[in-house]
Amino acid sequence: MTRDEVRGAILDILSEIAPDENIESIDDNRKLRDQMDLDSMDFLDIVMELRKRFNIEVPEKDYEHLATMSGCIAYLQPLMLKKQVAN
Amino acid sequence: MARNWLKGAQSAYDTVVIGSGLAGMTAANVLARLGHKVLLAEHHYNLGGLATWFKRKGGHILDISLHGFPIGMMKTLRKYWTMDMADRVIQLRNIRFDNPQFCLRTTFDRADFTHILLERFGIMLDVVDEFFSTIRQFNFYDELKMTTRELFEKFFPGRKDVWRFLMEPITYANGSTLDDPALTYGIVFSNFMSKGVFTYQGGTDQLIRAMKAELESNGVDIRTHCLVEKIYVDDDGVRGVRINGDDIACNAALSNSNLLTTIHKLVGDEHFDDGFLKEARRVRLNNSSCQVYIGIKKGEKVDYDADLLFSSVADEYDTDKILSKDVTSRTFSFYHPFIRPGTNRYSVVSSTNARYEDWASLGTKDYGRDKDHLIQTTLDALSHYVPNVRKIVDYVEASTPKTFKRYTLHPSGTSFGTKFEGLKISRELPQQVAGLFHTGSVGIIMSGWLGAANYGVIVANEVDKFLRSVNSQSPVEAVTV
Repeated sequence: MTRDEVRGAILDILSEIAPDENIESIDDNRKLRDQMDLDSMDFLDIVMELRKRFNIEVPEKDYEHLATMSGCIAYLQPLMLKKQVAN
Repeated sequence: MARNWLKGAQSAYDTVVIGSGLAGMTAANVLARLGHKVLLAEHHYNLGGLATWFKRKGGHILDISLHGFPIGMMKTLRKYWTMDMADRVIQLRNIRFDNPQFCLRTTFDRADFTHILLERFGIMLDVVDEFFSTIRQFNFYDELKMTTRELFEKFFPGRKDVWRFLMEPITYANGSTLDDPALTYGIVFSNFMSKGVFTYQGGTDQLIRAMKAELESNGVDIRTHCLVEKIYVDDDGVRGVRINGDDIACNAALSNSNLLTTIHKLVGDEHFDDGFLKEARRVRLNNSSCQVYIGIKKGEKVDYDADLLFSSVADEYDTDKILSKDVTSRTFSFYHPFIRPGTNRYSVVSSTNARYEDWASLGTKDYGRDKDHLIQTTLDALSHYVPNVRKIVDYVEASTPKTFKRYTLHPSGTSFGTKFEGLKISRELPQQVAGLFHTGSVGIIMSGWLGAANYGVIVANEVDKFLRSVNSQSPVEAVTV
């Protein structure tokens, strides 16, 4: 997956979890929580969706990597690549 | 011959959810949506646990725990249930207090509480602001030794009237006391303060019916009248369960039964480490409740402008007095016709926190007498606010900790699960027995409709992770450098 595809996949998940938010205007380098009304349950939903859609397991200690969009991409892209290779 | 309530059930499921409280049902729904084969077993004939209601002759529908929950429930219903359920969440704007220290009305949100603390109690704005921002920062995983009493002593020293204003509703909501960890108070209170108190339009019966339909549409096999008697465990972990004498295989058992029942009875002490058991034995059950259900005659109305009334004749807030059988504090939930549009009916439910031991030891005659006393004194108390209540009442019934025990099977009829230490034990079960999970009212925080439903999701996430790991395809492990 390219960087843009990973970003698109994350946006897709976010739009499902927070349908009232304008995800188009997300600044990749600012904390998602400061730009959207996301609580700890929403982050849990992101983790569940990543497992469901991409079979990626994010351990609790790594949740901090999901704080910003750029952090999400940096953390998830290598895992998605690994997944493609495995398949 | 007795009906076979398991007729047509499969011999194996990915997971069996034991008990259909809001935590069990929400977990079952999330797991089914994630593609797992789920059996939901409930010993009672209704789903819902303490999110329940009952009907009585004369068209009465009486709710046990409908009023009220924080705004977060709307989001929880939208995400883990349906949009239609979320749309039925409505605000209760009339919350009243009446006691020897103060008599007031509030919308029960931060803005209004700040105003009241300033104007009515004479607290400085910066103290109020600092109090709110302190409790907002509490997290359930914080190691915080401070008790709620110490928290109040720090911000409002000696102000027992303020303590009561801040504490009484939360004691009603989750059974917590001044001696419980401050973070349990802070998290729950902050949740309410964000927007106020909410309820579900349509009533508990509508909610549970909608949940049942949603569970079925997601493929959950729902079985009522089905008591899980045993969780089978071998060296590799959970293997199955025994329901009504029949064995059903499963890789994971998610118990929405009481935490201590799950450990000591359903699984058995021999499957746990000594150290873990020692800690589990220190888990205290939370207290139970008494309720009086008052159904109003058709065509009559309750002329009192409140949704919730925290009433007390006790001089000050006192945990022992609140639990005492000699009742001084009652929370009245007023169910107005807007709760069930079209029915034009009223009911009032009085709730008091109570101790199991005060009721369990009574003989039949004394039990009946004390129950009647509870009903009569409750009607007397209510007549201060609704003077004609004895004229318009059509049906009255009381429940005690024994009643709660009978319907939920919870030890000592606990209506708020376990105290704070139960949360850690609940979370650590899977490390003791692979495939064993618990959800439900624990640790005071994971309590009430919102806490229970969200804890169901939190644990469903763990169950999903586990089930995927035992199935063939192992996930890509994230490795941090």
